[in-house]
Amino acid sequence: MAQATSPPDLTRETAEPTARRYSVDAAGLGRWRAGAFAAPALLLITVFLVFPALWVLYLGLTDYRLTGTAAADPKVVGLDNFLSALGEPTFWNSTWLTVQFVLGSAVIGQVGLGFAIAWLLRDKRGPLKRIVEGLVILAWILPSAVVSFLWVALLDADGGTLNALLGTGDYAWLLDHPMLSIIVFNTWRGTAFSMMLYGAALGNVPPSHLESARLAGASGWQQLRDVVFPHIKGHILTNLLLISLWTFNDFTPFMITAGGPDGKSEVLAVHVYKVALQSGQLGYGAAVSTVILLINLVVAVFYLRLLRSKK
Amino acid sequence: MAAIELRRLTKVYPGGVKALDALDLVIPDGEFFALLGPSGCGKTTLLRTIAGLETATGGAVVIGDRDVTSVQPGGRDIAMVFQDYALFPHMDVTDNVAYPLRIKKVAKAERHRRAGEVAARLGLERLMDRRPGQLSGGQQQRVALARVMATQAQAFLFDEPLSNLDARLRLEARTFLKKLQRELGVTTVFVTHDQAEALAMADRMAVMEAGVIRQIGTPAEVFQRPANTFVAGFIGSTPMNLLDAVVRGDTLEVAGCAVPVPDAAAGLLADGEKVVYGVRPEYNAYAPKPADGSSEGALAGKVVIVENLGASHLVTLDVNDVTVQAVVPEGSEPAVGDEGFAAPRRDRALVYRDGELVTR
Repeated sequence: MAQATSPPDLTRETAEPTARRYSVDAAGLGRWRAGAFAAPALLLITVFLVFPALWVLYLGLTDYRLTGTAAADPKVVGLDNFLSALGEPTFWNSTWLTVQFVLGSAVIGQVGLGFAIAWLLRDKRGPLKRIVEGLVILAWILPSAVVSFLWVALLDADGGTLNALLGTGDYAWLLDHPMLSIIVFNTWRGTAFSMMLYGAALGNVPPSHLESARLAGASGWQQLRDVVFPHIKGHILTNLLLISLWTFNDFTPFMITAGGPDGKSEVLAVHVYKVALQSGQLGYGAAVSTVILLINLVVAVFYLRLLRSKK
Repeated sequence: MAAIELRRLTKVYPGGVKALDALDLVIPDGEFFALLGPSGCGKTTLLRTIAGLETATGGAVVIGDRDVTSVQPGGRDIAMVFQDYALFPHMDVTDNVAYPLRIKKVAKAERHRRAGEVAARLGLERLMDRRPGQLSGGQQQRVALARVMATQAQAFLFDEPLSNLDARLRLEARTFLKKLQRELGVTTVFVTHDQAEALAMADRMAVMEAGVIRQIGTPAEVFQRPANTFVAGFIGSTPMNLLDAVVRGDTLEVAGCAVPVPDAAAGLLADGEKVVYGVRPEYNAYAPKPADGSSEGALAGKVVIVENLGASHLVTLDVNDVTVQAVVPEGSEPAVGDEGFAAPRRDRALVYRDGELVTR
């Protein structure tokens, strides 16, 4: 019989750990040598992360353009870019579409579907599990350009695979349901990560706890609510945080619908690309990017707060 | 309260491993019953099949007068204490104890009252707001017991209930469990690999090997009269001496010595028959000299090893190249190399034919 480790006896007063003091310099490197070890990484981070971020903040305050006089001699225009973005319906339209995209494809799609697959396959063995997992992971590891092309081929009005399968003639999925198309696409594409994360998390739920609930007569949903979710709460929040941010900043929809038709699938990442690089308004684009950064920050802080207060 | 009856219960795992092989067992109402056996003998599978956590491949499980073989675990009206107690870490003691009542939709006030009542009986009243992580192993065990008691189920199942406790606490919990079960009077089946636990706590016990029950009986019966050589070798803190013997009239020739035929087998043996002679070291009276001057009826040999068991010593004798063990009280232990005589008690020695006990 395998014997589990006995739980710690916390009632004894001696079990209260006294504050341990660690040496500040445990490795004995000394201040300068330690600094030298950290310096290359710090330098790279500064050059490729901190500087561009600050540069975007600066650009957002100018009327910098890709071409023309403003490209040669940009002027600081203060908060003009931000104010015009906030007064611009296309910006708000993109924000709203991004919210739909994140809720639909990340929170409901990837997290929901990923958990559902992980839960259904939790104690399955053999070929079925391997095939399902293999297909889901395949969708995740293929390059964006490849899968985007595959989905355009699938959904195309003119000879698309889906129309051939459903016998729906030349129905224009990408034109009539652009948001639905990219939400389904992104769900299909990103579910693997959540599935694997929940697969690992469910392995940590002690079987005896589930069995204990079953013996009490708990239904499937009650087992999830009372045993599984409390155990994997941290996993769920971490997963939501990562998936929300990744999806929020995802640019792949551009490769399927290019934001169209008529801006109907122009999520923020696509919006920035269009105004900054297609219309050439780099300053305005940088301002919108800054807004995206702020929204990301708010989302991240919200989740991290939840994660910290989960005890 | 209800009796538990198993009829030709069979469990075959995918891949053909037979964990339970057509078991028949009746556990009367109110009995404290132990399932004992070595690792992998099927005792845990048996308990889990009674609980419904494993589905039987064949046969029937009857609790009370209801056949529950195909009933879900939640519908069997039984409660189980798991080896790791399976307390929910995010719930305090009250909610843990009241959890099965909550699933059965008992109103909050009522289930908290019942949880409080049961917990008070187990001395947990001051811990009701604690989480399992803030409790000691012994306290966690009592919370798990309280949860089982609060269900007022027909029967309780304990899976290795003491194995997560440290040695000293285990003895305390053993006494406590036995007393509690007697007071509650609920049919209780527990699984253990520790024979001392089974012998100490159970009203009756089953010794299992490879999916079959090798003996059912009271601890005294199982200890004194093991039904076969497997049980004889498995039960007892010091293993039974099992020695090849040949019947010579009304004596047995064992390791070149003659011992009288044990009372239990008297008149049941044929002359010249090959059997196995069994005597526990505790029933093997050691003496440095033959009691009445002759070595009649004793195994004469040389002391090879003396092991200290605390209040007694286990003496290993070499009797014509056969190892024989005897327990001697403290103070009279011999030295290694001494000549010694071990006289088996006629009323306690046993004879096995083809591995099975020869008895009336």
